[in-house]
Amino acid sequence: MPDVRIVNVTKKFGKIIAVDNVSLTVRDKEYFSLLGPSGCGKTTLLRLVAGLISPDKGEIYIGDKLVNDVPPEDRDIGFVFQTFALFPHMNSWDNVTYGPKVKGFDMKKAATIGHEVLEMVKLHERLDAFPNELSGGMMQRIAAARALAAGAKLLLLDEPLGQLDAKVRNEIRYEIRKMAKDLGLTAIHVTHDQSEAMAISDRIAVMKKGKILQVGTPNELYMDPENVFVAYFIGESNFLEGYVLNTKANRAIIELRGGVKIVASDKNARNGERIVLAIRPETLTLEKGVKKGSDSIFGKIERVTFEGSNIRYEVRLENEDLIIVVKPSMIGEWFNIGEQVIISFPFEKAHVFKYPEAGLKEAIAVE
Amino acid sequence: MPKTKIAEALDKLSSNKALKYGVYSAGIAVFFALILLPPILGIITKWNTIQQIFSQPSLMARALNAIRNSFTVALLVAVIDIVAGIPMAWLISRGKSRWLNVLDTLSDIPFIVPTTALGYSVLLFWSSPGGISALFGGSLISPGWLLVILLHFTFSYPVVVRVMVGALLDYKMEYERASRTLGAPPFTVVRTVTFPILKPSLIAAFILAFARSISETGATIMVAGLFENGSVFIQDMKTEFSNGIISQATYEGSIVFASFILIAVSSTIFALIRILGPRLKFPMKKVWPVTERKLSYTRAASSRNGVTLVVFLVVVLAPSLFVAFPAFEAIFTNTFSEALAGSGVWAEFWQGLTLSYVLASVVTVTNIVIGLPTAILIARKKIGSSLSAILDVLVNIPLVVPSIALGVSLGIFWKENFAFMPEMLLLIFAHIAITYPYFVRAVSAAVERISVDLEEASRTLGAKPSGVFRTIIFPLTKYSLFSGAIMVFTRSVSETGATLAVVTTLRTAPVVLVDWVKHIVPATPLDIGLGSGFLILFSFIILLVLRLMVKEKGTY
Repeated sequence: MPDVRIVNVTKKFGKIIAVDNVSLTVRDKEYFSLLGPSGCGKTTLLRLVAGLISPDKGEIYIGDKLVNDVPPEDRDIGFVFQTFALFPHMNSWDNVTYGPKVKGFDMKKAATIGHEVLEMVKLHERLDAFPNELSGGMMQRIAAARALAAGAKLLLLDEPLGQLDAKVRNEIRYEIRKMAKDLGLTAIHVTHDQSEAMAISDRIAVMKKGKILQVGTPNELYMDPENVFVAYFIGESNFLEGYVLNTKANRAIIELRGGVKIVASDKNARNGERIVLAIRPETLTLEKGVKKGSDSIFGKIERVTFEGSNIRYEVRLENEDLIIVVKPSMIGEWFNIGEQVIISFPFEKAHVFKYPEAGLKEAIAVE
Repeated sequence: MPKTKIAEALDKLSSNKALKYGVYSAGIAVFFALILLPPILGIITKWNTIQQIFSQPSLMARALNAIRNSFTVALLVAVIDIVAGIPMAWLISRGKSRWLNVLDTLSDIPFIVPTTALGYSVLLFWSSPGGISALFGGSLISPGWLLVILLHFTFSYPVVVRVMVGALLDYKMEYERASRTLGAPPFTVVRTVTFPILKPSLIAAFILAFARSISETGATIMVAGLFENGSVFIQDMKTEFSNGIISQATYEGSIVFASFILIAVSSTIFALIRILGPRLKFPMKKVWPVTERKLSYTRAASSRNGVTLVVFLVVVLAPSLFVAFPAFEAIFTNTFSEALAGSGVWAEFWQGLTLSYVLASVVTVTNIVIGLPTAILIARKKIGSSLSAILDVLVNIPLVVPSIALGVSLGIFWKENFAFMPEMLLLIFAHIAITYPYFVRAVSAAVERISVDLEEASRTLGAKPSGVFRTIIFPLTKYSLFSGAIMVFTRSVSETGATLAVVTTLRTAPVVLVDWVKHIVPATPLDIGLGSGFLILFSFIILLVLRLMVKEKGTY
């Protein structure tokens, strides 16, 4: 029932435009993430949905209801805060039953719900504990239980895993997704961690400087980024600058720096256009031997980093560009520093973007 | 910063463990010898005179009645303060208008008006035909218990506002937001989340307002009329004794009795609040969703700011500044030239004013020297956490003891045992005892806020203990240190009760003004207005200069 529609919403803080004319629809029962670097406006957008702040322009709908003038307590939401915001003067039990109580449920019903949600987060035996007696992971689970206890169908999570250790974080993120799915909730999850967003979301909106750059499934964002920033922020990409020499049948012949020519698949490239080529490090192959054709380049290994499951090579191309190649460590041969290699890449997996007006550095800047 | 020779020498000395312990022990020793023990010993010395009052039932009844009045007034005032002060603190800390800065500054005005001048101002405003009473044809509120309550409300209101603004600014809004998203309307949020979390500050504000009311003397005397509370009673005994109405034994017996009970009862009350306060629970189990929702959004909530402002303007600000009108009027009469020439009553006034400021300066400097080690000891728990907590409680005792009672017992102690001591020294000791907690509290709170990590980082980078203080602690606590010093200074300038209790010949400015108002010296209303005006003006200028000198550059 609760889909969330954000229509042309703008929010300014003084001169800073935190959310810049954003429109977005989150579908019913969807696990949706707002992803972006700090200061991109994702938390502001979440707080606008919660009603903790109100928009300067635009409309926000929860279900079919315009909620611009509805105070947060009447929006029927559950909100999980980055700092958890567990009431320090109440124990776990009073924290999780707070919502049902202030909403005027009778005591018996509030108690039933309290037991249910504490069971759900497996902390029933700690119902007497005060927040300062709980570990980070436990506080997180109590915070989630509290947000769910009042029966909200829309769950809003503001960097809910930001304060947890890496191991705990990985466990809890699946727990939260499972809970939301089991209860049939619509969830909006704010994070700056792309691997977290990729792991748990049905769809993700990538934000930068108050704007949404692309909305899609994790798969779509990774395989088919619509712009340089998404290619950079989701996963990892090598960026090579060049010009389109010629186009035919969805393919473009591109001249990189130093006169190196390669072929890439592209529908929109125009002759003579300045472009940026984005290539995922794992799509490249390294070989010793002779250059085969226009989809390979000479290079020299400059650095080798063993990362466990992968080996990461930094390769200086013949045109002096530096690119990164990642190969599984247990498959294929290894290369050494100083070795001459041939790098080839499948053209259909490289993405061609128009060179950003403000420059490449600015386009992928996360600050 | 370049190291001076002095700094280098200090660095060398501060590494010396024996010396370091010496400084801390000296701090504690001075605290016990000058501040804590003399008043207690003073009362013990005269313990036997207490029989005097037991043999005079009517005097006994009068004393007990006065003491009861003290506590009733203080309780009422503290409650009214909390009720009226919290909406103001809320408005200042949560409002968005730029004018709130002005309001914030205005709410401090009763602080800078020395209490005797304030007392006179309140008296003029509510009771004189020239004040607000003119609107009602006659004296609206004549001197008596109601006026005492109004006066105490006026001067203790800023304390509550100050404490609560600080608490609200430090408070994490996230708790309130969480409560809202869980379905609580604003009124329920404040009742079940905000106030319970801010309980320690609420208790602190209540205690400070209560203590200010119990201990104030100078202004109370001016507006009390025939009403007697503890401090007025002690002062009346003193006057009756000097006028030969009662014997020395009766005088001593009655003031020892009154002081003892005031000190004992207030110490007990504060100990109880300290012990029971943390266990006090706000009623938050039950929620009335419909009623509380109505309270959150009705006109009652939106008109709260209006009522708050009106109360502030009419009961706090206008009465505090009202004395300025006769002062302005006096400028255009020959009172002004007489005043400047120092003729008639004015000779004594200027002497008093000079004495007040000299005294306040000496007291401030001494407090910084003797208070600093103690403040650091408490903040850094250098003598173990339980001993530090005990020291913390002891340091606060002078705050909750009526200043006139403190003055009386101090006077007895020093005069009985050290009769050769000049009165000026006695005055300094009395003022140090009263103002000491203000400085130590301000500084220890500020030092506590600095992470120990910073100190340790500085030590690992090679700073000696004195270097740590000079380069880390001082720059970071500078503002609190100076505001502590400013509080000591203002408190000393306006202190009347303890001064009246210890002096016989020396007269500070507030004492002179009390004499003028009480018609002990033939001064005209214009004289009094102008005198109060001068006292406010000079205090204001000195504070302004001090504030500009230490103006916080950047925030830490």
